[in-house]
Amino acid sequence: MTVTPDRYVTFRYAGASGDFNPIHLDDDFARSVGLPGRILHGLWTMAQVARAQGDPLALKSLSVQFRGIGVPGQEIVITSTPKGDGVVECEAVQGDQRLVRRGRAVLTIR
Amino acid sequence: MTHRARYQVGREKVREYAAAVGEQSPLHYDPEAARRAGFDDVVAPPMFAAVYCGPAIGPALLDPEHGIDFPRLLHAGQEFTWHSPVVAGDEIETVAELTDTTPRGDMTYFTFTTRSTNQRGELVCEGTWTNLVR
Repeated sequence: MTVTPDRYVTFRYAGASGDFNPIHLDDDFARSVGLPGRILHGLWTMAQVARAQGDPLALKSLSVQFRGIGVPGQEIVITSTPKGDGVVECEAVQGDQRLVRRGRAVLTIR
Repeated sequence: MTHRARYQVGREKVREYAAAVGEQSPLHYDPEAARRAGFDDVVAPPMFAAVYCGPAIGPALLDPEHGIDFPRLLHAGQEFTWHSPVVAGDEIETVAELTDTTPRGDMTYFTFTTRSTNQRGELVCEGTWTNLVR
């Protein structure tokens, strides 16, 4: 699955989730703490990994590590590799940044 | 120290969240579609756990007892295990607890766990939140 977060996605996610940390909303603030500009919420990116697994009701668990810095406006590629018994290994990559690594989803087998 | 909070799941909040993360299924938007599938109201996407856990995990992260330097906090890892679906109208109670503190070099990992139950006392979600303070 690929998804390109538009430039307003962090504002919509902040409102939807209640996470108004300025590193996600304010370019100047984000730069002042050493970031390239405002960055994606890790839990938004994780929600994309969840969405990539298909049927939301079949998802039993999802575990991820957040690493690279995700930014608005660039395509994210989510790869999901089934390993049998409902286990799927997944990661999310944006350019040269691995946003999610060592993702592991467990799906209900129907 | 534990932090406990209740969250009332609203239909419009589920729709707003589903739209913000790009969910497509009508189960998250259309109460009739949800009812046809056997649910009482629109179904929260799994990652909506991040929303209903918020009122418990937020104050846990900010608890001065834990001494976390918030502007230096990075979300390093996350795990959720889902048990029962959550629908609009549910009232979810979450208990958040700091369960592990591990120094690594000049950084420290803080691991919190959350346990969320619904108004019938059913376990809906368990979470493990790993945070790194740089």
